[in-house]
Amino acid sequence: MTRITLTVDGASVSDDVEPRLLLVQYLREKLGKTGTVIGCDTSNCGACTVHLNGTSVKSCNVLAVQADGAEVTTIEGLAQNGELHPVQKSFRECHGLQCGFCTPGMIMQSVDLLNNNPKPSEEEIRLGLEGNLCRCTGYHNIVKAVQHASGQEMHA
Amino acid sequence: MTATQERPSDAVEMEIGRDRRRKEDQRLITGRTRWTDNITLPGMLHLAMVRSPFAHAKIASIDVSAAKASTNVVDVLTGADFGEELGACINAWPITPDQVTPGHSPMPADRVAFAGEIVAVVIARTAAEARDAAELVDVEYDELPAALDLKKSAADEVLAHPDLGTNKSALWVFDSGEAGTGGNVEDAIAKARTDGIVIEREYRQQRLIPAFMEPRSVVVDPTGEQLTMWSATQIPHIVRFALAATTGVPESKIRVIAPDVGGGFGGKLQVTPEEWIAWAVGRRLGKPVKYTETRSESLMSAHHGRDQWQKLTLAAEKDGTVTGLKVELLADLGAYVAIVGGGVPVLGAFMFNAIYKFPAYHFAVQTVLTNKAWTDAYRGAGRPEATYAIERLMSELAAEVGVDPLEIREKNWIKHEEFPFTTVAGLEYDSGNYEAATAKAKEMFGYDELRAEQKQRRDAGDPVQLGIGISTFTEMCGLAPSRVLGQLDYGAGGWEHASVRMLATGKVEVVTGASAHGQGHETAFSQIVADRLGVAFEDVEVLHGDTAISHKGLDTYGSRSLVVGGEALVKAADKVIEKAKPIAAHLLEASVDDIEFSAGRFSVRGTDQGMAIGEISTAVFAAHNLPDGAEPSIDAEATYDPVNFNYPHGTHLCAMEVDTETGAVKMRKYVCVDDIGNIVNPLIVSGQVHGGLVQGIAQALWEEAVYDDAGTLVSGSFVDYLLPTAADTISFDVEHTTTPSLTNTLGTKGVGEAGTIASTPAVVNAVVDAVRHLGVDDIQMPCTPERVWKAINGPGSGGATEGAAMPHFDESEPGQSSTEGAGA
Repeated sequence: MTRITLTVDGASVSDDVEPRLLLVQYLREKLGKTGTVIGCDTSNCGACTVHLNGTSVKSCNVLAVQADGAEVTTIEGLAQNGELHPVQKSFRECHGLQCGFCTPGMIMQSVDLLNNNPKPSEEEIRLGLEGNLCRCTGYHNIVKAVQHASGQEMHA
Repeated sequence: MTATQERPSDAVEMEIGRDRRRKEDQRLITGRTRWTDNITLPGMLHLAMVRSPFAHAKIASIDVSAAKASTNVVDVLTGADFGEELGACINAWPITPDQVTPGHSPMPADRVAFAGEIVAVVIARTAAEARDAAELVDVEYDELPAALDLKKSAADEVLAHPDLGTNKSALWVFDSGEAGTGGNVEDAIAKARTDGIVIEREYRQQRLIPAFMEPRSVVVDPTGEQLTMWSATQIPHIVRFALAATTGVPESKIRVIAPDVGGGFGGKLQVTPEEWIAWAVGRRLGKPVKYTETRSESLMSAHHGRDQWQKLTLAAEKDGTVTGLKVELLADLGAYVAIVGGGVPVLGAFMFNAIYKFPAYHFAVQTVLTNKAWTDAYRGAGRPEATYAIERLMSELAAEVGVDPLEIREKNWIKHEEFPFTTVAGLEYDSGNYEAATAKAKEMFGYDELRAEQKQRRDAGDPVQLGIGISTFTEMCGLAPSRVLGQLDYGAGGWEHASVRMLATGKVEVVTGASAHGQGHETAFSQIVADRLGVAFEDVEVLHGDTAISHKGLDTYGSRSLVVGGEALVKAADKVIEKAKPIAAHLLEASVDDIEFSAGRFSVRGTDQGMAIGEISTAVFAAHNLPDGAEPSIDAEATYDPVNFNYPHGTHLCAMEVDTETGAVKMRKYVCVDDIGNIVNPLIVSGQVHGGLVQGIAQALWEEAVYDDAGTLVSGSFVDYLLPTAADTISFDVEHTTTPSLTNTLGTKGVGEAGTIASTPAVVNAVVDAVRHLGVDDIQMPCTPERVWKAINGPGSGGATEGAAMPHFDESEPGQSSTEGAGA
């Protein structure tokens, strides 16, 4: 067991963990942060995407011990003081989700994408979300949601 | 007249037709979710499954001692440790009386019939410990020859279940001559052979995997008086029934909950071995247990879809007027007959004739057992296969006649003034307007301009050629009139149930037997009830997916929730109004005959006196002043059995660019105009269409479940099974024409499967159209660059194409051998 101390969604937490424990398992099983989900076992789907020190990572691809001392933000910590993040609002506004299972990862990746490129083209959005799978929306409205969050004109 | 239509024009905006943002989203976008895997109960134990690596083998011995001795392992159980309490996975639709159906134990003790079948379950204090110990279970197998290739299996070369003596499960036939719905197809074909056109083709419907994003998960809690199962399922009511029917627990002692469910697409329309094993283990240990599959387990052992060979013969006059259609299918059931099983191709039987006026039709499907994962419903279930076949054939006919493929369709389709129309398959299409949808789609697409560009590129010998694909589809949805299901020997009805509870505070609770898993029922059903009862959208709460709350229902599949479940809601709401009327009359001191209901208000005709329906609810709750003998309740329920299927249709146009030097294909434009009747929520509809399109496009271009020659699923992870990403897809142009359905109050038609059913042939037609002038008339799905390149450069430029989507051009490379498409 290894002792780790980190900040998750603004709260300081500390636990003894097995070195093999994945960050996503730590979030879900130890902290009850079940908003972050697991969709695959090959880091293809991106459903588990969170921010590690402000950058998006697939939390199934990070060991909990690697997050020692880090600041982690999950979908549950994105809204501030009851106010939704603009990307969360846009996903609802543009119907960018159906079953909602990919949504936590998709939103966290979209936030990261817009942090790096505040006015992305449609192609840049599509490439930026390539690591996140969705089976419901056909991506059409997810792309629109990111465009909308960036304050750009949307296509039909 | 409905109550809502009587609402004055200056009243609040109608909810039906409004693009309401979804009620469901607030939780989902903030991570406040209840997926089954999120559920943790005190003392809960975790399960891990030990699965067969072999497609077909006798279980010689299982040594569980090392696993049992592992840290925090509670027990390890095998099929032999259980008796009848393990139950069975049922087939609800024996399609013929003599269907050959292998018994399906959730955990067989003697023999495995596909790679991925469960042979032992490890129960431990954590999921990680259970999985570690599962590695230590030592199973000795005696390998048996496996039936893998569909055509060879149909010839009984190797038996999937030796005791049955055959792989042939059932032969289901429809013949219009015998049914009296049309002529004799053999006569039509014979005539066409002498002085007409005969198009003969064989198409492959490759095996697909539904690949819902939420892996399946099940939690069983045996600690209450009712045994409770949470499951990531589309069908909590059917699971409850099947548990009772097969495990000996009275139905009244079973509660099944489908909490938040992350997609299904038919893939969670199943009674699964994993659910049944968790149920048995939970009961035996008296402790809550949880099992959540990995993605690899999901791809390997959750049911697959499609997997047919389609032998097709279309007869026509020389001018392209169709005269007959003969369909002979081989359908791969996999190792067992799943809950719908052979019913899937039967659902397609009524759809091959599609929107066209065939005078003669013959359909036969032979279902076949193999040693692969079982197959069952996947978005569209039978209808995409049918639509693919007919829409590919119509384009082939056009090429043969030498006319535009839209022209050949128009020549043969049912004209809008011919509805209602009884088809050669015996269905009555109530409404439709194929001309209107097509005209709109052509205009949006810029059809003539793209045809001109296509000609230009051909004339210039451009290495990148342009193809235009068409699909003028229809489907039958809204499963289903119970009487029809009975005639087809399905084991249940097709009704749906709803109840409306009028709460003391004026709020309204709606309970539906439909079970949403991403469709947005909470929003759309709230809109329907808000209009019907004249209450605020926000004041309606929709409850579903828990058999203790929604005690009756037949769940969500087959584009049925709105057209069947929504109609049940309308009927329940109307009963509420009827029950409230005499109470309103009493409170307003008027005659019932003088009471009118409009926009949520009961008023006395010719006066300004009235009461809101919420006020009646409060008065009924108090029950201080009701008419003599009146029941103090205006709650109501309704069970609705549809009188007919309904028939959405549409015109889909797709432009594909094909690089003739590399075989790479690229979607340039996709336009669809769907007629789905009246639309409750256009935003939700657009989402259903987009998602459906991509699943259909993915069949055309990317997805295939591939087994190697040992029966191992090669595409068993998201690295290998090619789910499209945002970078692979484009934005779509989606529009509608509206011909209301005549068989339900709201005039709606189903939309959940339309995009998937329509898009696959549109895409393949476009790819073939781009290279037809190079001698190509077919490319097997998925149209990978390799297959496209080989079709262009193959013997005779476009003869037989490579069977399997294996990633090598060099025949001597390993991995070339595959069971898929071996007959090509």
